[in-house]
Amino acid sequence: MPGKTQVQTTINGESVEFLCEPRQSLLECLRDVIGLTGTKEGCNDGNCGACTVEMDGRIVTSCLILGVEAEGKEITTIEGIADGSELHPVQQAFLENAALQCGICTPGFIVSSKSLLENIPNPSEHQIRFWLANNLCRCTGYDKIVRAVQDAAVKMQEA
Amino acid sequence: MTSTQYERNVILSNVDYDVVGTRPIRPDGVDKVRGRALYAADFDASGLLHGKVLRSPHAHARIKSIDVKKAEALSGVMSIVTGKDLPKSEKDSDRYARENILAGEKVVYKGQAIAAVAASNPHVAEEAVSLIEVTYEVLPPIMTAPQGMEPNAAILHEGLTTEELGEKTDKVSNVANHFQHIKGDVETGFSEADCIVEREYNTVTVHQGYLEPHSATAFWNSDGRLHIWCSTQGAHPARDATAKILDLPVSQVRVTPMEIGGGFGGKIPIYLEPIAALLSKKSGRAVQISMSRADVFESTGPTSGSNMTIKIGAKSDGTITAMQARLAFEAGGFPGSPVNAAAICVFAAYDVENAQIDGYDVVVNKPKSAPYRAPGAPNAAFACEQAMDELSQQLGIDPIDLRLKNSAKEGTRRADGPTFPRIGAVEVLEAMKDHPHYSAPLGANEGRGVAIGYWFNIGFESSVSISVNADGTVSLVEGSTDVGGSRASIAMQAAEALGIPMEDVYPSVVDTDSVGFTAVTGGSRTTYATGWAAYEAAQDLNAQMIERAASIWDVDADGIECVSGVFQSKSDPELKMTFKELAAQLADTGGPLMGRAAMNAGGLGASGGSFAGNIVDVEIDPDTGKTTVKRFTVVQDAGKAIHPSYVEGQMQGGSVQGIGWALNEEYYMRDDGSMANTSLLDYRMPTSLDIPMIDTVIVEVASPSHPFGVRGVGEANIVPPTAAIANAIQGATGLRMNNLPMNPVAIMEAKWKQNG
Repeated sequence: MPGKTQVQTTINGESVEFLCEPRQSLLECLRDVIGLTGTKEGCNDGNCGACTVEMDGRIVTSCLILGVEAEGKEITTIEGIADGSELHPVQQAFLENAALQCGICTPGFIVSSKSLLENIPNPSEHQIRFWLANNLCRCTGYDKIVRAVQDAAVKMQEA
Repeated sequence: MTSTQYERNVILSNVDYDVVGTRPIRPDGVDKVRGRALYAADFDASGLLHGKVLRSPHAHARIKSIDVKKAEALSGVMSIVTGKDLPKSEKDSDRYARENILAGEKVVYKGQAIAAVAASNPHVAEEAVSLIEVTYEVLPPIMTAPQGMEPNAAILHEGLTTEELGEKTDKVSNVANHFQHIKGDVETGFSEADCIVEREYNTVTVHQGYLEPHSATAFWNSDGRLHIWCSTQGAHPARDATAKILDLPVSQVRVTPMEIGGGFGGKIPIYLEPIAALLSKKSGRAVQISMSRADVFESTGPTSGSNMTIKIGAKSDGTITAMQARLAFEAGGFPGSPVNAAAICVFAAYDVENAQIDGYDVVVNKPKSAPYRAPGAPNAAFACEQAMDELSQQLGIDPIDLRLKNSAKEGTRRADGPTFPRIGAVEVLEAMKDHPHYSAPLGANEGRGVAIGYWFNIGFESSVSISVNADGTVSLVEGSTDVGGSRASIAMQAAEALGIPMEDVYPSVVDTDSVGFTAVTGGSRTTYATGWAAYEAAQDLNAQMIERAASIWDVDADGIECVSGVFQSKSDPELKMTFKELAAQLADTGGPLMGRAAMNAGGLGASGGSFAGNIVDVEIDPDTGKTTVKRFTVVQDAGKAIHPSYVEGQMQGGSVQGIGWALNEEYYMRDDGSMANTSLLDYRMPTSLDIPMIDTVIVEVASPSHPFGVRGVGEANIVPPTAAIANAIQGATGLRMNNLPMNPVAIMEAKWKQNG
């Protein structure tokens, strides 16, 4: 058994220290070591986006990042999107626009959409579709997801 | 691309309700947008072990030996199982079911499970699996139905004999079943035709593509009871299937359904549950197994590839005189393709005097097929609806008019026997014809296609209980796993029947010990059947509430009525109580009340079924053959849309799966029977960038059998897209694409062939 490495990182604004094997992905560390199961595994090879998290301000697929790479980084997962018990406008828009069916891709979509709106506050439909193209959804056909992001953009600009 | 606004998109509805037809936020929504909803792989148990499965590298081989000694010796390995750990099978059908869990003497598809290991963590389990030594005698693989039907084809199962027109024969063959539906006489019908179209069509294997890989955890306790937490479309069916595989009474298995990350039919069968159970029994610990994405592609049921011939004859005025289909479907490694459902649906949209349908279920060396959204019907529609398009062109009749002229309606008898109750095929076609999309101008290299499709909507068993809380809310317990918002649609029907707000209904999906038998979330049945059970449970509760009000007021219960959630005396206007007021008094006036319903909501076609139609515009790049879907409209009969947003969601989701099936998706098979594209990079499902907004029109032709007129809407929407897109491609290029997928390579090859 390979030895474990101590990793010091920040997750959802909280200082976290954990031990991981060199072969463990950040996704596996989040879910199985730290217990944050909101981040989902859909493919484990970077193609579905279900495991999307934010790392130092950029969105990454956590299955393609090693746990040891989290050292010194700031990570935001789906559990860190709401402000306490108050939902983020993107979360509220997903609910109101019925933008989820089974919900397994939803955490990844919400992390990606929040990042989109922080970078492009008033995106066109094409910009939304382009930004979210690394997040697969098999249930909705994307229509209501695009509408939810458009809705959230309006609400965030009004705020 | 510009954003398309919704038209007023619900038509023909003539009944208004308080709750039904509104768009509340789903009860499980907040947990799902916060990452708090627990799916199967999120489950944890004390002392949990992790399992991995050894899978066959060959599509067709005899297993000579399995040696697990090296794996057993690896530190951290707790238990190992093989097919020998399963009970012996008396009947062939039982043997097929068990060998699809863990192989016996043969493997019949690449990816078939052979052995499994439970270990302290998944990495150790994976190492151990790689240490298991298996020797094989490799056999030639059969990859398509026509190959399997050849006279000298390699045989998958030496004991499999053909069932021919309902009779068991002794003919050893890969053809498990040949059946026939006959109405009238097709020879006579074709002799009366002025115009006949006859074509052969092929579709390839595609996968449901749910984003959540299968996962199951099992704990076989010391009292003999087995508890399973898994991702399934039906807890009771998963319980019963697991019990049958392990030869246990159903009462000894308890299944807790976790949230389910998509299924589309693919999570009706079980795969991991019995394996995890056996590993748990041997180790005394809880064992969790989760599939990889490659496992999902290679080891779970995709839907069948198919080879189909369609022949349609019509008079010059457009009257269809005869329709004939020959449908040969790949079952995968064991018998049981959806060819029966394809035969029900292939000509269901049409009222024709003479029809004949021959169906063949053929075993091939691919994963055992599983249901995929309207199983078999999209294949059949790809064939029939293209032939109808050709016929309309040859007759010079508008394609929607030709369909309207021959449309099935109430009283039409289908070739497979049943007579339709009230259905909405005509209304769907008329809505398509009236839609502005149908007459909008097309651009350069663009074409427009239409098609319609049918799915029959099963009934089956559902159980619901509703108990009253002292604050006037109710807790609703149901057995239907919620794969796309059905907690909302079921709670809404209970709320409507009780006359209370939907927000006052708290629905829970519970384990098999906690609710009566409930069939799968599948066959478009959940909002229909479990919603109906919720309605009946609400009626049961209302009757008890009336009894209680009667005893409080010391009057006869017959003199009390419940109107929109208010209990009132029919004669004395002073005697009046809201649901909330009565709820608060229950504890002191005789105790709590609970309504219940346990029912069978009918068989196949319980609601009469649902029709869906598409209008599709595509643009073909003349240099690359790439198809871009420019505009897509889906029209579907929902009977009554309980929650219109989730009805639209079903329509849009099914449409986009259909677009993927039409243009890209395919099991790309190598000659040795292995799949070359087992990742979501290479198995190319539509991304958000590939498709436009999907416009929806909900048609409401109330089902005569359901209290609110509901027709299940989950499936019919995936039936027409492949044909509608093929017809649009023909419109743009003149090319008839008789094979799926219609990817750029296929279109360029067809173009070069056309140009000589």
